[in-house]
Amino acid sequence: MDDLLTEFLTETGESLATLDVELVKLEQNPAPQILSNIFRLVHTIKGTCGFLGLPRLEAVAHAGENVLGKFRDGELQVTPAAVTLILASIDRIKMILNHIEQTETEPEGDDKDLIAALNAHAEGRDVAPPPAAAAPPPAPAPAPAPAPAPAATPEPVAAAPAPVPAPAPVPAPAPVAATPEPEEHAAPALPAQVAQQQVAAAGAAAANQESALAAQTIRVNVELLENLMTLVSELVLTRNQLLQMVRGKDDSEFATPLQRLSHITTDLQEGVMKTRMQPIGNAWAKLPRIVRDLSVETHKKIDLQMLGAETELDRQVLELIKDPLTHMVRNSADHGLEMPEDRKKAGKSEVGKIVLNAFHEGGHIIIEIADDGRGLGIQRIRNKAISNGLATESEIEQMSDQQIAQFIFRAGFSTAEKVTSVSGRGVGMDVVKTNIEKIGGTIELKTIDGKGTTFTIKIPLTLAIVSALIVECAGERFAVPQISVLELVRTTATSEHGIEVINSAPVLRLRDRLLPLVSLRTLLRLADSAEEQAETFIVVTQVGNYTFGIIVDRVFDTEEIVVKPVAPILRHINMFSGNTILGDGSVIMILDPNGIAGGTGEMAAVDNQQAAGAAASRGETRAEDQQSMLVFRAGNSDLKAVPLALIARLEEIDVTDIEASHGKPVVQYRGKLMPLVTIDSSFSMKTEGQQPVLVFSDHEHTMGLAVDEIVDIVEEQLKIELAVNKPGLIGTAVVSGKATDIIDAGFYLTQAWGDWFGSDKDSRKTQEGLRVLLVDDSPFFRNLLTPLLSVAGYEVTSVESADKALTLRDNGSTFDVIISDIEMPGMNGFEFAEAVRNDGPWSGLPMVALSSHATEQDFERGREVGFTDYVAKFDRDALLQTLAQTLSTKGAV
Amino acid sequence: MNQVVPSNKRGSHELATTEDHEDFVTMFIEGQMFGIPVLVVQDVLGPQKITRIPLAPPEVAGSLNLRGRIVTAIDVRLRLKLPQKKTEIGAGMSVVVDMKGELYSLRVDQVGEVLSLPAAKFERNPPTLDTLWREFSTGIYRLEGKLLVILDVPRLLDFTKSEAI
Repeated sequence: MDDLLTEFLTETGESLATLDVELVKLEQNPAPQILSNIFRLVHTIKGTCGFLGLPRLEAVAHAGENVLGKFRDGELQVTPAAVTLILASIDRIKMILNHIEQTETEPEGDDKDLIAALNAHAEGRDVAPPPAAAAPPPAPAPAPAPAPAPAATPEPVAAAPAPVPAPAPVPAPAPVAATPEPEEHAAPALPAQVAQQQVAAAGAAAANQESALAAQTIRVNVELLENLMTLVSELVLTRNQLLQMVRGKDDSEFATPLQRLSHITTDLQEGVMKTRMQPIGNAWAKLPRIVRDLSVETHKKIDLQMLGAETELDRQVLELIKDPLTHMVRNSADHGLEMPEDRKKAGKSEVGKIVLNAFHEGGHIIIEIADDGRGLGIQRIRNKAISNGLATESEIEQMSDQQIAQFIFRAGFSTAEKVTSVSGRGVGMDVVKTNIEKIGGTIELKTIDGKGTTFTIKIPLTLAIVSALIVECAGERFAVPQISVLELVRTTATSEHGIEVINSAPVLRLRDRLLPLVSLRTLLRLADSAEEQAETFIVVTQVGNYTFGIIVDRVFDTEEIVVKPVAPILRHINMFSGNTILGDGSVIMILDPNGIAGGTGEMAAVDNQQAAGAAASRGETRAEDQQSMLVFRAGNSDLKAVPLALIARLEEIDVTDIEASHGKPVVQYRGKLMPLVTIDSSFSMKTEGQQPVLVFSDHEHTMGLAVDEIVDIVEEQLKIELAVNKPGLIGTAVVSGKATDIIDAGFYLTQAWGDWFGSDKDSRKTQEGLRVLLVDDSPFFRNLLTPLLSVAGYEVTSVESADKALTLRDNGSTFDVIISDIEMPGMNGFEFAEAVRNDGPWSGLPMVALSSHATEQDFERGREVGFTDYVAKFDRDALLQTLAQTLSTKGAV
Repeated sequence: MNQVVPSNKRGSHELATTEDHEDFVTMFIEGQMFGIPVLVVQDVLGPQKITRIPLAPPEVAGSLNLRGRIVTAIDVRLRLKLPQKKTEIGAGMSVVVDMKGELYSLRVDQVGEVLSLPAAKFERNPPTLDTLWREFSTGIYRLEGKLLVILDVPRLLDFTKSEAI
């Protein structure tokens, strides 16, 4: 093809893309600047067409220019109808250009109709009212994505969104040498040069503005960059090999230059990667026009907001997500957003919003596509899934809304009632998901009926070189991308982090979660190991929101590897995302966490649910009564425990420091005298060496409980199995699988102070004689708090349920303040508070809520129902302070 | 007057085909002689260290590192539905071919010499040819005393059409 023609096609193609965006902008905001931009672009096109002898194009461009001229001169108003007309002419030009590209000639036929319409409009002859409901989109909110720079300015070292066949030197001289397309010649012929200048002259105005910019940027053929990238990858590989070799030898003379080489290679790598980075705005460029057309077609009002358009990502990735993004935006416009009347009825603004948001986060680029429409319609998806045979009724029952929403990613799934030209054919979302996963990304969705839907796409920033953890299983090594690895856990046959089996699926209890596990050996069908493994490692991996563990035999170190795609015959194996060559020359496969998660998929999803259910029910009770307990021995070999929260410190006191006062042991501790208490009379303190002591303290008073040894600190759900009527003991519970006596800390506290300080109740001030009602179903807490409060000078009455408390009320008892637990069987604390506040003699009393749950929502709820304050259960100080405050305020009032 | 003179890119076929002769690298599998056009062959390798690829089709023996490039090793015997040899994967000779930018190494029993054969003598597969060979062969040459089966490499490497996995 003629050089001239090719250049013309490229440049005009870009101009047209810009025009699309500019016209949409113009429609929203008829600024003279935009107008003159547009006029200039169309004028340039017209001029060039004439020069190149393309009459049909010229005619259309001319007619369009007419109308635009009238806009510019203020003779015509910029109406949606007018813009639609101009856009139509742009489309026609595109069509003709396409034809020219294929056949080098203009297509047969003419555009009489279009031209007539344009001319009619220009002369004000057409009176067709703008299509009824196509109200112009409202005044723009934050500006739409920056349009790709006007055609003449090349992107800095980046390829333009439209495929760029050859570099086209902007106005002036020196054509940049770059790899030409096969059909072209290396050096532009002279006629081309001449024509160039003509074109340049025609676009003079534009040229001048952008020439300054042009000097700083350069067009480079994409293939060249790809080659560079490959070369750099190879360089990194070789560097890794060298590093490996030098690693062993400490004193090598190669070490320093190699270090330098390594740094330079890293910098080079980063630099080349940057050349391939493009702002995501490029992928969004076409969207304003598409949304505008959709809004006209569907008679809806749509506002498209694009945030973070300057966020950069790899060109390759950009190409791959362009279509998925467009598809999802169309879906939002077509299915998600409601008609203006419906929106009004639902109390939303008439204008539907689609928000695109892109930003970087931890090695990934995150792209959110959110709309405030009607949501995905969980009910419809449910029905469709059942009718398509994708799940049974009972399976669906068990799924959460968000899980049901995932069905839209299945092939052929579409709940659209009718197939429109825009979408609804059900070929969309599964392709979108596949495309995104192909590049190692993930896509998630969140939808709320009536409120809207948000898709979140997460894509790794670099495709080529990644950090990977090398693991071994069945004698074979594999690489796991570091980015998905959360942590490593080592388990042995006897360790506490053991692998358990729930519903025949292996899981690991990790801190407070149950982690589904998958054995790499089983998944990849590797050889079974001959002997029992002494130890295994679990690679805790995260894919999207799903966390799981991969069981492997050994873990080596992390290496930077160059990802090479697998051979086509192996592409279908979705456990692998590529392969690579390690520093020692061996080839290993790179595991794909997505694929592995899929492998655990069906089998684990169901099991996981059940396991999760089991864990959840366990978890609930755990959250309720979960406490940190300190387990110790004192006096005999029986295990004893006390809530860790009550203990201030663990100390070892030198026996020589123990003195006596009134026959009782004391020790000087932090400037004060601390009495030492023993569990019971059978206990005898050490006579030499260190005496372990549990230090309890409360305001100014400290007490030390002498023990034999501290065994452990565990988190345990506390359930007192056997209640005991012995002073100092609340009962027996199972702690860490062993029967343990739970001591009554309160008892010992009073032991230390009650006798010791004698009548210090008088020293208490204003709280004297104030009556407190304590409502708590747990005897432990009643036991604990009662002495605490009494010692602080309150008169305490405690009851075990809200009902009992209300009975007291009805019997005429009065109090000064009520302290109530929240989580109680029967009537809970919130309900109790409401009951108290609603009517009765207590409605004006200050109420303090006591709970082990302390989130913002809980506080809110507490205030709503009428609690005066909210205190966490174990915070004794806070409790006393709150009481004092609450009562003093009351007193003041 | 300026004129652009295109650089003369020599067609890659000029060298190999002198008039009507074609060059083939010969190899032996189960005693049968096979040939691959020399232009398709990148390398001939001796024993290699091969990494197994889990979950791959059985004909894929694994992958190996050839001067920094990853080559997929194909066990041609399995591909031709012949019994697998009891030797180590990686032992024995292999011929490396380039198919659409991807490198594959075809494991054979023995590699022979390069033969230059007249194109005129190239025959279509006779009906008496074993069906096994026929599927993967483009044709044959009759040499004295033996038959040279020309391998259809693209077909050999096309796992999608056949019943693989």
